[in-house]
Formats: sequence, structure tokens, C-alpha cells
Amino acid sequence: MRNKLVERAKELLADGTVTRVIGWKRGEFSYDVTPAVFETAEELEKDFVYDGFCGANVSKYLIRESAKEGKILAFLKPCDAFSFNQLLAEHRIRRENVYAVGIPCEGMADIGKIRSAGIDGVTGIREEGEEFVLSTLYGEERIAKKDALAERCLVCKSKRHPVYDELIGEEGEDLPDDARFEAVDKLEKMTAEERFQFWRGELSRCIRCNACRNVCPACTCENCVFDNPDSGLSQKAAADPFEESMYHIIRAFHVAGRCTDCGECSRVCPENIPLHLLNRKFIKDIDELYGAYRAGENAENKNPLVSFREEDAEPSVVHERGRA
Amino acid sequence: MLYLKAEKLDAFLARAAETRKLYVPVDSEPGRSSYREWTPGTAVSRGLHTTRSAKDFFFPQTENLAGFRVEDKKIRVIDPRAETEDFAVFGVRACDARSFGILDKVFLADPVDTYYENRRRHGLILSMSCRRPAETCFCKNFGIDAAEPEGDVRFTDDGDGWYLEALTEAGKAFLDPLADLCEDRDPAGAEAAKEKTREIVDRLPLNDLPVGKFGGGKTKELFDRPEWAELSEACIGCGTCTFVCPTCQCYDIRDFDTGREIRRFRCWDSCMYSDFTKMAGGNPRLTQKERFRQRFMHKLVYFPENNGGEFGCVGCGRCLASCPIHMHIVKVMKRLGEDENEQ
Repeated sequence: MRNKLVERAKELLADGTVTRVIGWKRGEFSYDVTPAVFETAEELEKDFVYDGFCGANVSKYLIRESAKEGKILAFLKPCDAFSFNQLLAEHRIRRENVYAVGIPCEGMADIGKIRSAGIDGVTGIREEGEEFVLSTLYGEERIAKKDALAERCLVCKSKRHPVYDELIGEEGEDLPDDARFEAVDKLEKMTAEERFQFWRGELSRCIRCNACRNVCPACTCENCVFDNPDSGLSQKAAADPFEESMYHIIRAFHVAGRCTDCGECSRVCPENIPLHLLNRKFIKDIDELYGAYRAGENAENKNPLVSFREEDAEPSVVHERGRA
Repeated sequence: MLYLKAEKLDAFLARAAETRKLYVPVDSEPGRSSYREWTPGTAVSRGLHTTRSAKDFFFPQTENLAGFRVEDKKIRVIDPRAETEDFAVFGVRACDARSFGILDKVFLADPVDTYYENRRRHGLILSMSCRRPAETCFCKNFGIDAAEPEGDVRFTDDGDGWYLEALTEAGKAFLDPLADLCEDRDPAGAEAAKEKTREIVDRLPLNDLPVGKFGGGKTKELFDRPEWAELSEACIGCGTCTFVCPTCQCYDIRDFDTGREIRRFRCWDSCMYSDFTKMAGGNPRLTQKERFRQRFMHKLVYFPENNGGEFGCVGCGRCLASCPIHMHIVKVMKRLGEDENEQ
């Protein structure tokens, strides 16, 4: 697949369709790829990579890249395509400056899961059927791909690209949602006190690095309220764990209805906090209260939280559900 | 030489905890650990690194520096400082152990930071040799020996227990009353364990970084290199690398109005943040490229320039493991250290 992408990118660069390509760049140890912009065939040949470790969502970079002169080729996995579409709906990306190529995704591995399976010192990884074969400082190890997959990929929402100019490989389909909301169901079944303890435990590890916010394709404010000294809410550090929780809760509220559940927040968290569960709760609530809705499905912004229909849930639903 | 068998560790820590607070690394989930206060029954992590570094003990993420309160039309200044209680940190690796010396150069230089100094004076470092370094480790580049960490008491791990060695007076005073829990063994065993560590360290993949291309006096050579643009391109401007780093020491001081008083606090700052070095007159670092460059120039050029050649990085590899986009000091050093004729 990697070679196919490189070949196509070289063609599109050569015929002048695009002037740059955004994709993933090889790292030191196979798993540590970096999103990167490539400008020449040589750069692509040398460093472009597309394999089971290209989890980083490149769509947010297109805000900046599409503002530049010339068209950029963006390789979009289904997740990235949903984010891209949502950003188009929010008028954050100049569509005419992006040539979107949908690419298939078999799910992305999480080096954290490999490490927590007790495999350390990983210096190289190759795929062999349904397994990853890992060269490590301490000998060769094997792990089933499904055991190395990121949580978001185990409950993948869709293999389909809601937007593209061109597709490489066969188009996939939406996948059933049940598994995706299992963890949310579990949280809903907890008592308020249990749920509070759960989140307090998770969020107490937050180091307030802002990685979740900065990587989030839905967090595109030019000056975030938490960075703006004039907002009165600016926080470089939280006074207490309560304040830390508020940061995450406010963020979850702000992206509600716009979050495509790409899962980048949880991927980047250095403390492995399951932040995506906050967003998924909102997605599930929106589905239940306003009818099935998927952010990023199309570029017309019909987010139920910013549009009104007579049959919409009454605000009192908050009170009623809170009592349940 | 004193030797502590692994099964005696609990008894050892229990006795140590009688005289001071004792912090040990604890697994929060497989492969991930953080420092916790030791209490009976605490299982000590055998993992390599805590997610956050040990600098937090001496330079916490936030602390109150002073309070101000208006009483009878007068401003009363509240000094929150109190003498720190004695504490010990167990399981500090060679990289983190070296980081304290780097922080000392900042906080103990004139004028001495009394908040930091207070904690430093009361904190005992029980350091631990490495047995299973990670692929992300590169301490050797900075002259750190993972087999012989600095600290007050050095624990040399042979897999079944530890050879113990007091390296300072404070370490000796700590260790002497615990000697009866240990047995006496031939120091040759410790040397063999150290050799084993060094053998592994010698085959780590990141041992040959072009350290010589960096250091004091290289500002002009490196500051305007065009590669900074490409290296910083994907940086998302989060503070992960700076917050997990054992040597990052930049901080901000702010006032917080509680409604009844003003609390002046300091908190970790990050050069990756958009308001880093924002001043009344503006900000000299307007784009992520400049902020990104600052982090590496600080560690690799400015710090050694001002501190007798010592680099501001200890090669612990936490930033390699945590960076959301895997752009880190090793890639920066390799890229900038490439010979021009090789490109």
C-alpha cells in the first residue's frame, strides 16, 4: 500500500495537480512516525511511510496548509476524512487547496499497548499476516495485531470515507456502533458517586500538557479561553484536581456535536486517560435525544446542537435524566 | 559490601519509612508507573521509568510563593514557606539522578531559590542501576553511566536483589541503621551486575548522537539553520515533552485572586506554549518554530554555554516515548548534526 501511495503522490506532483503532500514520515523505530509535508519525489521515496503505526490524524494540519499557496495532497484514512469534513463544515479549511485521497485503514497499533503487554526495547516492527513481529533489545517478540490495536480501532466506527477526490483501494462500510458505546453504557450504569470517583481517579493524573486539546481537530479556536490571559480562565496550572476536571469537561462540552470520535485525545495523552469516553457520552446522548447523527458525515453543518427542530428534546431533559 | 535480597525489600522500606516519608515508583497499569508514598503493602514497580520524572519532588508543578491580604487598610504578606520534612525517593535511575545536578545549577545558583533548596536539603536520593534500558534511552551520550547512578545511596540491581553503597554522608547515616537487614557479599557481584548493564547500554540504538555538534558557543552556527522549519512543522505545541522532562525548569509566576487574598504562585511553564515569554512589550517567539527551537537550543547550546559545558538533557527518553507526533531531541540532534556534504 505504501508504494501505491508514493507512486500516486509522485504522479500528482509531476502533473502539477498538487505542490505538496501531507502524510507520515519514518522515525527511528518503526512505530514513531511523524506527520510531515513532502515536496519532492525524492523526499517521498526516502521517508514516506504508511503502515500500522500511522495513527496520527493529519486533517487538522490542513487548516494551516490549505491557507498556503498551491494545492496539497492529503492522504486521509476514514477517521481523518470525517475530521476533514467536519473542518470543512466549520469553514476552517480551504477546500479548493486540498486534493483529498481516501486511503484504506486496517486499524492502527498503539505502542503503549505493546509495551503494556510486557514487550520492551522495541527497535523495529514488521507485519506478518495477523501478527506484528518485533525486534527488541532483548530478542524477537510477536504480538497478534488485534492485541496491539488502539482501543479506537478495536471499536472502529467506519471504514468509509465521507469525502474524497480520489480513492485508493476499495471503499469500506460503516461498522456497527454497539461496541463503541459499551464503555459509555458501563459508566451510565454507575451511581453518580461511582462515576465521580472513576473520573476523579482518571483526571487526577492529568499533567495539563494540553496535548488532547492541541491535537483535537475540533479544537480550532485561534486563542483558546484557557490560554487567553484576558479571559480570566487562563490556566497554566490547575489549583486543584477539581479545576483539572473542569478543563476536560469544558473541552468536552465545546466539541460536543462536532467531535467525530477520532480518538486522538486519548492517543496523545501521556497519562493514558480515556478522554474519548467524555466525547462518546455526548455522541451517545445526541443520538438518543436528537436522532442518529454523525459529525463529519457531510460538510453542511447540521449539528443538532446548533439547529432547531420542533421535535427536539426540551431543556428539562437534563433535569429528568439527572434524577434517573 | 551490603546486599539486600529482593524478599527483604518490604522490611527495608518499612524501616526506612519510620524516619521519613518514602516515595517509590508504583505501577498504575502495566508498563506505566508513578511515584507514590510508600505504605505497608505497596508493590514497588520494577519498570524502567515513571511517566513523570522525579524532578516533581524538588520542583513541583505548582507551588504558592506568597500570599497578600488586606487587613485594616494594610497589606499583610503571607509567607507560606515551612521547613520541609525529611523524605526519600527510591528507585531513581541514573538519568533522573543526574537531572538534580542540572536543576541545582539553576535553582541553587545565586540568588538561591529557597523553596527548591528547602526540599533539596531534606530529600534523600536512593538511586537504582538499570537492568533493562529501553530503546529510547540515550543517557550514554551525555556521559551518564546507567550502571552507576549518582545519589545518596546507590542500589545496584543484580536481578535477585541489590548491592547497596552509600555515596554521601547523608546516605551513610540513612543506610547504617538498616545494615542488619542486609547481608555481606563480595563486591565482585556488584561489578558483574554493572558490567551486564553496560553491555546492554553499549548496544542501544541511540548511542551515537552527534553531541560534538552542540554545546556552548554554537548559537550562531545553529540558530538560523533552515532545518528548524521542517523539524517544528508537525509540532502541535503541547507541553508534554517539557512536563515529562526531568530537566525542563522554566516556570511562570502568576497572581490568583481567591476573593479574600491574592496568592502568588509559580507553575511549570513550557516553551511550547503560545504565551511563553509573553511580555508587556510583546513576544519574541511568535511562531511554533521559534518556540520549538528554544527548547533544543536551551538544552544543547545555551545551558552548556552557561554551565561549564554540561548539557541540559540526560537522555532519559521520556519525550521520545510521550511526544504525540514523535518529534524529539534525538531527531533534532540527528538532523542538525548531519554533515552538510552528506545531505
